[in-house]
Amino acid sequence: MSVDLATVRKIASLARIATSDAEAEALLPELNNILGWIEQLAQVDTTGVEPLAAVIPNHLRLREDKVTDGGIRDAVLANAPQAEHGFFAVPKVIE
Amino acid sequence: MTDSPYRIQGATGEWEVVIGLEVHAQITSQSKLFSGAATAFGAEPNSQVSLVDAAMPGMLPVPNGECIRQAVRTGLALDAQINRWSRFDRKNYFYADLPQGYQISQLYHPLVGEGSLLIEPEDAAPKTIGIERIHVEQDAGKLMHDQHPTRSYVDLNRSGVALMEIVSRPDMRSPAEAGAYVKKLRSILRYVGSCDGNMEQGSMRADVNVSVRKPGGELGTRTETKNVNSVRFVMAAIEHEAKRQVAVIEDGGTIIQETRLFDPDKGVTRSMRSKEDAHDYRYFPDPDLLPLELDEAFLADALASLPELPDAKRARYEGELGLSAYNADVLTADVETARWFEAMLAEGAPAKAGANWLISELFGALNRLGKTIGESPVSPRQAAELVALVGDGTLSGSLAKQVFELMLETGQDAGVIVEERGLKQTSDTGAIEAEIARVIAANPDKVADYKGGKDKLFGFFVGQTMRAMGGKANPGVVNDLLKKALE
Amino acid sequence: MTNLTDLGVADIRDGVAAGTFSARDVATAFNAAVEQGRALNAWLVETPDHALVAADAADAARASGDLKPLSGVPLGIKDLFCTKGVETTAASGMLKGFVPPYESTVSGKLLNAGAGMLGKLNMDQFAMGSSNETSAFGNVVSPWKRNDGGNAALAPGGSSGGSSAAVSARMAPGATGTDTGGSIRQPAAFTGISGIKPTYGRCSRWGTIAFASSLDQAGPMARDVRDCAILLEAMSGFDAKDATSLDLPVPAWEKGLSADLKGKRVGVPKEYRVDGMPPEIEALWQQGIAYMKDAGAEIVEVSLPHTKYALPTYYIIAPAEASSNLARYDGVRYGLRDLPDGANLQEMYAATRADGFGAEVKRRIMVGTYVLSAGFYDAYFTKAQKVRALIVRDFEHAFTQCDVLLTPTAPSAAFGLGEKSDDPLAMYLNDVFTVPSSLAGLPAMSVPGGLDTQGLPLGLQIIGRALDEQGVLNAGLAIEERAGFTARPGQWW
Repeated sequence: MSVDLATVRKIASLARIATSDAEAEALLPELNNILGWIEQLAQVDTTGVEPLAAVIPNHLRLREDKVTDGGIRDAVLANAPQAEHGFFAVPKVIE
Repeated sequence: MTDSPYRIQGATGEWEVVIGLEVHAQITSQSKLFSGAATAFGAEPNSQVSLVDAAMPGMLPVPNGECIRQAVRTGLALDAQINRWSRFDRKNYFYADLPQGYQISQLYHPLVGEGSLLIEPEDAAPKTIGIERIHVEQDAGKLMHDQHPTRSYVDLNRSGVALMEIVSRPDMRSPAEAGAYVKKLRSILRYVGSCDGNMEQGSMRADVNVSVRKPGGELGTRTETKNVNSVRFVMAAIEHEAKRQVAVIEDGGTIIQETRLFDPDKGVTRSMRSKEDAHDYRYFPDPDLLPLELDEAFLADALASLPELPDAKRARYEGELGLSAYNADVLTADVETARWFEAMLAEGAPAKAGANWLISELFGALNRLGKTIGESPVSPRQAAELVALVGDGTLSGSLAKQVFELMLETGQDAGVIVEERGLKQTSDTGAIEAEIARVIAANPDKVADYKGGKDKLFGFFVGQTMRAMGGKANPGVVNDLLKKALE
Repeated sequence: MTNLTDLGVADIRDGVAAGTFSARDVATAFNAAVEQGRALNAWLVETPDHALVAADAADAARASGDLKPLSGVPLGIKDLFCTKGVETTAASGMLKGFVPPYESTVSGKLLNAGAGMLGKLNMDQFAMGSSNETSAFGNVVSPWKRNDGGNAALAPGGSSGGSSAAVSARMAPGATGTDTGGSIRQPAAFTGISGIKPTYGRCSRWGTIAFASSLDQAGPMARDVRDCAILLEAMSGFDAKDATSLDLPVPAWEKGLSADLKGKRVGVPKEYRVDGMPPEIEALWQQGIAYMKDAGAEIVEVSLPHTKYALPTYYIIAPAEASSNLARYDGVRYGLRDLPDGANLQEMYAATRADGFGAEVKRRIMVGTYVLSAGFYDAYFTKAQKVRALIVRDFEHAFTQCDVLLTPTAPSAAFGLGEKSDDPLAMYLNDVFTVPSSLAGLPAMSVPGGLDTQGLPLGLQIIGRALDEQGVLNAGLAIEERAGFTARPGQWW
């Protein structure tokens, strides 16, 4: 299965990566090359095989319900490109 | 009770409405689903945010056991299948309230599977609504649009708070059924203690899926109206959306599967353009988390911790306590009321009289004062004493009302008020007979009319006698003596 | 007196403890080496003061008699590890200027054990690459040169190319690396040093910038096997902040070192004899087998039938996880923001991510987004997780017949910078021997096995059972003792 230019644009949009026409055209053969190569997995018989869930046997530990974090607003905002009045600021969103 | 189904009347005939609800309920917990930051409502912006909630590079989620336990208890309360093996998935999309660029949720293997909920809508037959699943997920942060002309502000305090998404089957057919479903679900969540059910603060909100079809026909395309935050709005949103869909179809249009928003001020739903392109969520198992495996001991503990649920409690109130169906229903609808009532019983109040008093007197007073039962100025112990004073004849009904008013004002116990203010009812026949004689002497014409057949005047004599006794006479005794005197 | 920068981790630790030299002298010597080696572009940030402060603390600790396991040892830290107060970028323009208010568990453990930090090491951007050419801050140059008299600049391997170059050029006695599909082992092989990726879950991932969560593991890179054991002990251990961390005690790997392989069976997987493998690699492998026999091991041929599917499996799973892990770089909370005039929020995301990510990172995000997208998830991602389960089974079966596996680390010696950067697929194929054990979460290490005819180092890889780092280290030590690898790059910088 190979992708076309429209698909490349759609994927770039889903991934939120601005892509010029020239970039999309350059990506097209690269992606098709990679996708064509990974498609060889279709050859493997995986009948009755469960997808891997955990690579090393281990179980999910559950945390106690205690407040152990927070109250670090300055640290949280320290690297923000734009922070105002204790908030992160972004271009106005129309909902 | 009527069986006539809810229908939208269109130009081409009647339409049936098909409704499914996805209720997002905030799980009651101290800390967030995957971080140790607090969940309290109303904190300063970004003050309850950990580095995990802000999705700083290299941060990892660790699940909160209490949130899992509460979701399991909720599932058990809804007679649902609890999955011993479940898993968290990532739902990928970009939005400013979603720091990770994905929401940790459960798509492929939810914690709770199929269950059911019995609803009893007003004026309609009881009905069992299927629960499809309950999964656990993170809440998003909050965007403020009104603080700056060209910017939106992001507060991540809610980011990562635990939610249960309770997904119903599309089993509801009217706004009333949907309203009853939300109310009943909220009641159960509050009984279980897994969610405070506070819709105003957003701890419970519903996504409403609505489609219309000709009765019994093929299912239509549905729309999803997001984040509706009251029972009334749920019902209004369904009604508007169903009518809108009928109008669109009858005008020759088609319904687009889309996300909509309910505008409570205008009572209408409208399309949410901002989320239009977010359809491909690319769910996959979160590789930062292992599968969640629950052992039997965990489930047994969860089950053992469940309280008596509203349906069982109501049946017991009717069957064992002999309450009327109406009273049993009112007392069990909300867990706080039931707890209050049972505390009264524990203080020795008789069930029937206690129930009547609570529903007529206490509810009336609380209504006037604008308080909830949890904020009642009178305690269950004080209430039990008051009801007991009526039961043993110390207080008449009207005296009890007076005493209760004074209790609300002063916070004093009923016994103290009765003693200090001499409000005890009297059965002193001599004093009562003397007053009756005076009333009869003062109203010869009324006595003549009564004797001539105007039975209704008996109430007049009772009233006059009681007034003369300062309201303290035992009404039974007054009745008996008046009857004799007027023979 | 010996040149202090010729010393490894154990020598420095022991020398400081014995008072042979001061920790400050060691730190000063390495700080100077770092400065002198700038032509290699191995460091993104130099932190000489940090190294000196830690050294002074070590000298004081010696005086007061409470030395820690790594007192006096200065290290290089790969820039994937968040370091409190020190810029951390994952070699990406996306994180230029990002100063974490927190310390990764792994780097924190090393610092708490007394180590100092010489600086932050260059790498492939977000650990995506096998040559270090994807760094936004210029590629690292290998200290090694071919012996053909030419002056071709060679790749130090990747993604931990700054780490491999720094250790091999004697700018640091040891460094941290991370390994997702071979990013510790391949650069170690390319530069004639040792490096181990432990069992998945041994090292906490908390505070390490994520590439592919189900594969990422930190590990040490150092001059020899003993130094790797020492550093790995300090880096490993349970961390409640990482849900995939293994709640197990850390074995005393250094104490357990033994080059005696009597009674051990060494498996040689026949599927690793790939088409077009250079004869020199085959010869190296045979030499490794001979070393193992000499150490007392029995050699058995084993089969890992799904080996050829490991790379395509990896190049579905790793990009899929990465596409999601890297969604947080959106210009809102940290790092780069590109807000074109009049752009809305979604346009800001797209512009920021287009500017901030390098070409290879974007390529992998695109592939990952595609394989997870509606209609393709089962065909690609689910299928890959099934094949991954088969690859795990292959190893489990092989380990019923042997104790460790011996393979080459990479299909070639270091290639020239620019030789493969135009062909992503050719670059991916470089990980053919390292990726299968990553998919299975197994401990694996590379040790130098010898030089090729051009005078470049070649590495041998040992893969062990889950949690058997000791078996891996011991087999590595057996090779190290026999190979007698002493070659080092001539100092041209």
